[in-house]
Amino acid sequence: MSVLEVAGLAKSFGGVKAVDGVTFNVERGEFLALIGPNGAGKSTCFNMINGQLTPDAGDVRLDGRSIARLSPRQIWSAGVGRTFQIAATFASFTVIENVQMALLSHRGEVYRFVGGVGPRHREEAIALLDRVGMADQSYRSSRELAYGDVKRLELAIALANDPKLLLMDEPTAGMATKERNELIALVKRLVVEHGISVLFTEHSMDVVFTFADRIVVLARGRLIAEGDAASIRANKDVQAVYLGTGKVFERKGAARPSGAQAP
Amino acid sequence: MTIDALLFQALNGLASASSLFLIGVGLSIIFGVSRIVNMAHGSLYMLGIYIAYSCATHIGGAFGFWGGIVISTLLVAAIGAMIEIVLLRRIYRAPELFQLLATFAVVLVVSDLTLWIWGNEDLLGPRAPGMTGAVEILGRRMPTYDIFMMFVGPAVLLVLYWLLARTRFGRLIRAATQDREMVGALGVDQARLFTLVFALGAGLAGLGGALQLPREPANLAIDLNLIGDAFVVVVVGGMGSITGAYLAALIIAEIKALCIALGAQTIFGVSFNFSRLTLVAEFLVMAVVLIVRPYGLMGRAQGLIRTLAIPEEPVRAADAMTKGLAGIVLAVLVVMPLASAYWPYATVLGIDMLIAALFATSLHFIKGPGGMHSFGHAAYFGLGAYGAGLAVKAGGLSTMPALLVVAPLAAFAGAALFGWFCVRLSGVYLAMLTLAFGQIVWSIVYQWETFTGGSNGVVGVWPQGLLADRSIYYWLVLALTVSGVMFLRTVIFAPFGLGLRAVRDNPLRAAAIGLDVRRIQWIAFILAGTVCGVAGGLYAFAKGSISPETIHVGRSIDGIVMVLLGGLQTVSGPVIGGPLFTLLQDTLIRQVSYWRAALGIVILIIVLVFPQGVVGSIAHWRQWLAERARRPA
Repeated sequence: MSVLEVAGLAKSFGGVKAVDGVTFNVERGEFLALIGPNGAGKSTCFNMINGQLTPDAGDVRLDGRSIARLSPRQIWSAGVGRTFQIAATFASFTVIENVQMALLSHRGEVYRFVGGVGPRHREEAIALLDRVGMADQSYRSSRELAYGDVKRLELAIALANDPKLLLMDEPTAGMATKERNELIALVKRLVVEHGISVLFTEHSMDVVFTFADRIVVLARGRLIAEGDAASIRANKDVQAVYLGTGKVFERKGAARPSGAQAP
Repeated sequence: MTIDALLFQALNGLASASSLFLIGVGLSIIFGVSRIVNMAHGSLYMLGIYIAYSCATHIGGAFGFWGGIVISTLLVAAIGAMIEIVLLRRIYRAPELFQLLATFAVVLVVSDLTLWIWGNEDLLGPRAPGMTGAVEILGRRMPTYDIFMMFVGPAVLLVLYWLLARTRFGRLIRAATQDREMVGALGVDQARLFTLVFALGAGLAGLGGALQLPREPANLAIDLNLIGDAFVVVVVGGMGSITGAYLAALIIAEIKALCIALGAQTIFGVSFNFSRLTLVAEFLVMAVVLIVRPYGLMGRAQGLIRTLAIPEEPVRAADAMTKGLAGIVLAVLVVMPLASAYWPYATVLGIDMLIAALFATSLHFIKGPGGMHSFGHAAYFGLGAYGAGLAVKAGGLSTMPALLVVAPLAAFAGAALFGWFCVRLSGVYLAMLTLAFGQIVWSIVYQWETFTGGSNGVVGVWPQGLLADRSIYYWLVLALTVSGVMFLRTVIFAPFGLGLRAVRDNPLRAAAIGLDVRRIQWIAFILAGTVCGVAGGLYAFAKGSISPETIHVGRSIDGIVMVLLGGLQTVSGPVIGGPLFTLLQDTLIRQVSYWRAALGIVILIIVLVFPQGVVGSIAHWRQWLAERARRPA
């Protein structure tokens, strides 16, 4: 059964159709990559799923329940964790406080005005940090972490509410190749061990073709292909889009008017 | 009221719009490029008036007046450039509020410098040579100078527009307004650009001041009174937008003119004098605009500011040494009234210092952990003070219920109402909205004479019964201050405080783990306001009277200085900063005739030498020493 169903999702900015009727599903325990060249609408699509943008049309359903038009906060409560393209943690916290914060929120304990945070959910936080290999750094301040470790910490935060679905926007952006493969291998392990579904966007084709169970390809706001690595690699449209002829989108005989804005 | 009267006032409004535009536009340009909230903008304007006055009276004649306007503009521009080179250039990398503190120090120094040079009498300049007459319009006489002023604003707007659109300097300003790091990365000499921009902004302030000479007397209160107007114009128009600044000035001036034209009206049997609204009109306009268009009329969302400041260290619970020290200080404070036999002033000063500590701690709560920069914290102090005072005078309550129930409740109500709007904004826009609400409260208190006593305030609010004894009142203040401080401190370390700091660090991430950003900020705003109300109540009974000064913007700024003195990112900072500021101010007022300048210089030294605040610097040195000790010899 599908964890996430995206149906006919659309969003325009001014005259530009950034996302134009995109439909796909994420199955339970699936590691699904959303790829496409720059300007394809990946981030827009992503931000509509995580609640940062409101879609103009279409629906997003999590376990059959519509989450389109909910706020990021409500989407998190519905069981979606997320990581940001530029890893976002709470820089003034220690590593463990970052995870404790997410746990406190998950347990509905934010509005407590007395009693220090220190011991609350400490074991659970350390267990989460252990899952991403960060337990030994629990008491460091997170502002001094290496970027790869910030990424792993962010993953631990995103896992704190036992998500059904994890949304990862370019999880390996800004990382060296070795770190990049380690991080994705870690995510893949979590998917397998805990049955979490993951939807991620990615620029690194290495990562996508090595790890993704299935790939969805967007170009200029439309879904142009989906399938496993082998079929995507062989797909003529995908090749055309990535190699830059762009012909699939030219109307026969109708040249683009000169001066038309590129999306 | 006739249509003619309305039209005539509308024309008058055009002249005022020019003045307002000149007040705000320089600030807008400076802020756009340097991101510095220049508190000294009003001071530069004030200097403009005074310099123009000297030129007009000493040189005299048409040359003295018109030439004086040019001289003021150039001289104030040069002063602006000097401030940038000598002071601000050294602290661009400091946290932004430190820059604000530095410019506030300039306000204090300039204020006393002006007093020293020109004295404290209001100085009314001559009328403009060649424009002393009046023209009859719509059956009313309008001064020729006002008609001249109508055209000055649009003319300056056109010149600036040309400068920004057509010159290389203008392009650099626009580019830096959008992304100053990128401009720097492209090889533009930022230091020079900033100096020039500062000179331009200051020059415009000087010009605005000089042109105002025939219309209002030069006086020493202009600097702080004006800064509110300037901020409103900038914020309503949109930071960095000069067209927006003119539009904002026009709207505000016309609404004020309309209020005057309407005068006293009776609507549904209730008579109301609209001209009273002029004091709050601009702040109401600002509140409405910010709620509907959070970036001002012509402003755009600010580009990403890549802050140079390092994120804060995690807050850690006090260690044994700090706790021990706090215990000793507390013990000294408890026995302090015993010293009053030798030094009677001890309890009086002690009470002031303790109240300052509570005031500063409540402000720090939303500024530091909350990351919301309030410029109107005096509102909650004032609501507490007036609440307690009026509860006793008008309500007939006794001291304790007034202090423990009415004062916090009044502040709670204000904070809940204003906070609801404020948390919808962030950054400088939030700061300006808090300033607007502060001014609105001040204006209401100032004008509602029948209830609040207007400018006379409420007198004869002395504590009754046992509390009439100074020492006992001191102990009450001590007990409430310690409880208030401990309460807010506990909250900072509790889950809610962690949530508050999370929202400050990264609102997007906070929302993505299910935190309700606005609700958390709103609750923090209310908590801080309520505690501040208690401080206000204590103040009312300590002084025995309350005047609108209690709510004046000056007190809000004092609060900011206290917090920054202690160090913004230390939990115990405000407990030191508040009393230290009070002590400094008190000592300087009694010892030095030009105490403002002295205070300003002290603040400048602190800014340049202890950029992390007093407590922050001590923590920094302790860490440095510890690291040195750990290193093998």
